[in-house]
Parts: sequence; structure tokens; C-alpha cells
Amino acid sequence: MTILSELRTPHAVPTLPDEIVLALRDVRIYDQVNDREIVHGISFELTPGRVVGIVGESGSGKTLTCRAALGILPEHFAISGGSIEITGQEIAGLTPEQWTGLRGSTISAVFQDPASYLNPSIRVGSQIAEVIRVKTGAKRRQARHRALELLAAVHLRNPALVYEQYTFELSGGMLQRVLIAAAIAADPTVLIADEATTALDVTVQAEILDLLADLQERIGLALLVVSHDLAVVAQLCDEVLVMREGEVVEQGPTAEVLHNPKHEYTRMLIAEHEQYGLERYLEAEADRDGGLTRAG
Amino acid sequence: MPADAVLQVTDLDVHYGKGRRRAQALDGVSLEVRRGETVGLIGETGSGKSTLARTILGLVPASAGRVVIDGEEVSGYRQRQWRTLRRRGVVQYVFQDPLRSLDPDVTIADSLIEPLLIRGVARGEALVRVRPLLERVRLDEELLARLPGELSGGQRQRVAVARALVTEPALVILDEPVSALDSANRVEVLEILKELRTSGVALVFISHDLGSVAGVADRVAVMYQGRLVETGTTREVITAPQHVYTRLLIGSAPTLRSGAASRADRDALRAALLTA
Repeated sequence: MTILSELRTPHAVPTLPDEIVLALRDVRIYDQVNDREIVHGISFELTPGRVVGIVGESGSGKTLTCRAALGILPEHFAISGGSIEITGQEIAGLTPEQWTGLRGSTISAVFQDPASYLNPSIRVGSQIAEVIRVKTGAKRRQARHRALELLAAVHLRNPALVYEQYTFELSGGMLQRVLIAAAIAADPTVLIADEATTALDVTVQAEILDLLADLQERIGLALLVVSHDLAVVAQLCDEVLVMREGEVVEQGPTAEVLHNPKHEYTRMLIAEHEQYGLERYLEAEADRDGGLTRAG
Repeated sequence: MPADAVLQVTDLDVHYGKGRRRAQALDGVSLEVRRGETVGLIGETGSGKSTLARTILGLVPASAGRVVIDGEEVSGYRQRQWRTLRRRGVVQYVFQDPLRSLDPDVTIADSLIEPLLIRGVARGEALVRVRPLLERVRLDEELLARLPGELSGGQRQRVAVARALVTEPALVILDEPVSALDSANRVEVLEILKELRTSGVALVFISHDLGSVAGVADRVAVMYQGRLVETGTTREVITAPQHVYTRLLIGSAPTLRSGAASRADRDALRAALLTA
């Protein structure tokens, strides 16, 4: 696997395979208006090409954790304990200018509702080209060329056509691809996907998850995948954190958490799939075929 | 029509729009649901599953085909006849968002007895009749005095299910009933739906996600681009899917052990679907 593939530009900051690109150490998040702690200590580390997942219901604190790592906590929330480091740099005390330098070029994100992050009255291609010009200083023509490359890299079938389209002309899955193209435009080291596939149909969700896995393999992107669905997280991640009401109730390698869940809440998430999902049919079938096959 | 069929849909066509903008939403759909049976209706956004539900309920006019509900041919019904049919409560509907079916200013008790009052049942008698239903949807009697806004999303959805059952319908259509709920509430509602089968009511459970109906449905019907492309027992459809779309759908559903399909398999299925 080459870290610097055809997708990386000369602007890309080179990373070492075992360099810690995102580290959260006992991070606590406080709600200053309601005077209470919302996230009670979360720790994990990301290295290039690794995927960590956070699973939990809405209100469990997973989105606040993402926003803390991106320096975009809502107004009255603050990091009240622990530390966050992005490629070795402690984020406490970063100025807004320093954050602007980091976001997009080192750490980037995609969220649940792609349409709300794009301007409806500007062609989507121009919006990606704009990101490239601002973040890398590329000239107009270079930026356009690179934007088209990115639209192809996120497996949009007709990049030249999509470039000229407006948000209302694209489906939810196509919009999420455009957002991912914009998010990786400035060669970030870390990409956060926060419920990025929740609003999509199952078949489109699988396409986006496949795309994320593809980017992680091809350009060594470090991924933080956040979802309410344990199976989505399980499909992509090396390590899983299970959050509930601001608490990490379980954390470990994905296979370990799935096969030997320790916490009652994790067991409930698994039972939901085993009793009410496809699993009970598919596993009986797989056993007959002589063992489970892990999708690559 | 078999004696135990509660719903029989035959060669149903639905068109939206007029002239050059006329588009076909349903194309020759046939579906049968028997007494006490739960049928999962699966398909992606825009596949026509909600249009099918609305056509069955008389909310969308069909351009061709027949709908028979509990032995009564309703295809040619006028608005007045539909209103009479709905008042009798033979067929009921549960939405994804229970706030759409519950009046925010009316107590849970009054919401639950309303369909009975419309049918001329006295208030006291109606209150007696809804009690066993509360047990069936696992709701505490003390919730009766509350307003919908004072209940959790999961509790509200269980109230909506209870309200749909109050007229002892032959058929209940549930449109994405668990999609907006968190895991604990989703499991609870799915368990309730599963238990309902013993009461003889037929359920049509609409979802974009095969995973959420797999544990509840006896049979599954798969819709794709306005057509019903595959029907079978839940086991048949999941373990031996025939249509390319069904195979892609199952290969795409995230499972805990990822036993379904590899990325390469999914890519091949997507390509096959595009050329189909």
C-alpha cells in the first residue's frame, strides 16, 4: 500500500505509518449553560490507515467529541479536561488562524446532511475548486483540474457533468460523494465521518462505506467513523468505542467487542441485530457453507 | 380470492402528473396479504412502497388494477365511500413520526378512544376497551392522562400502534415505524409487532431497510423502480435472493459479522443493475 498515491498532491503533509495523527486523552466536555459535564472522559489514538469507530445513540456525546477534535464546539460547550493532539500538536490555545490552517488540510469531516454544507446557488464543482484554491494556493485552472480528479476519485460516474451541477440536481448519495471530495481536497491526514451515511438508502450507504474504505487503503487516510449503528462501525473499524450518556462503556478491537461484549448496552446493540436483523438467517447459511466469510 | 386474504392488490398502476410530465409510480404491482400475516415491503426511497400504501388506503388514485380489502373491492370508491370505510376502521395506518397521527393538545386516553367514539361507542365503554391494548403495547396506565409531548418517541410510537388497533382492524399498514427510534425503543416496538401476529391482524411493514423487518415479517416483498421485483418467505428472500436489486440490497445491509457480500461482489451487482 502506498501512502502517497495518485490522489495526494505535492502539498500533502507526509506522515509516517505509525505516527499518531489524532490523539484524545481522557477528554471531558462541559456544558457551561446547564452547568454539567456531557462527555466524561474519552481516549483513543489514530494512525494513518487506521479506522476507529464510535457507536452510540443521539445524545451520547459522540458528535460533541467530533466537534471538539475539529475545534468547532457549539458556543457554550468547552473542553474541561484531558487533551487533544492533532499530528502531535496540542489544540488547547490554538488561535482561530491556526485552526483555519489545520481544518481541511490536516483534519476534515463529513456529516449527516450533505446539502446543508453546500451553497445551493453555486455549481458544486466550483465549490470544491474554491476549497482547493484557498487551501493549497492553486491557480484557477489547476484547481478545476484537481476538482475533476477528486470527483472521479469518489466514484462519481460523470465528473465533468457533476462539476457543472447544482445541489438540487444531485441525489443524497451523490451529494455525500461531493462532500467527501471537498473534505479530502486539501489532503487531510484525518477524516471524521459523523453519521455520514445515516440519511442514505442501504445500498447507497454501502457505496459510501466502500468509498471510505477505498480512500483509507489508497491514500492511508486515518478515519474516525461515528454511527448509531454498530454494524456500520463494525464493517469499517479496527477499534470500537461504545458510548452511552457521555460515558465510554466499552472500548476495544472490533472483533473482541463483537464476540465478547462486556457491557450490557453493547450486548443489547448486538442482540438487536441478531434477533431482528439479517444475521440470524445469514449466519445459519454461512455455517452451512463452512464458516463465516469476512467481507474485504 | 382465497378465503383468508385480507388484502389483494392486482396489476396496480399509478401515474403522477399530466401530459409530458406524466410519470409512472407503480407498474403492475400485485400483492396478497393473508389474515394474521406480516409482510415486509422493502425498497429504496422513490421505489413506490409508500405510493402503494397510499393507494391501498385510497389516498392516491390508481390508473389501473384492483384493490380488495377484507373482501370488499375498493378500487372504484369515491371519497365518501372511503370515509365510511376508514370510519369502520377495517384498515389502519401508522406513520414513521407518531406526532403526525397524535393531536398534541389531546391526552393519550382521548386519542386512543377517539376512533371508538366516532363509531358510536360510549366514553366509559371505550375507556374499558383500550385498557387491554395498553398492556399489548407495554404502556403504563398512568400515561393515559398525559399529552403526546410528555412521552418519549418510543412511547408515542407505541401509542400510535395501540390507536391503530383500537378498531380491531383486519389490516394495519406501518410506514417506517421504527426508523426514527433509538435501539432500545426499536427492539421494543419490533417485539410488540411480533406478538401482534397471534391476534390475527395482518400487518404490512414498510421499510427501506430489510434488516429492520427481517425479525418480524413472515414474507418479504421487494420493490424497485415502481415494480414488485421479488416476493417470498423472509428466509427465501434473504438466503436465496433472485433479483439483482435484492441481491445488492442484502449485500449492502451492514451486518455484525459481514457475512453478506464483499466489496467486489457489490461492485459487480451495481454494474449488473445499471445494465439491467
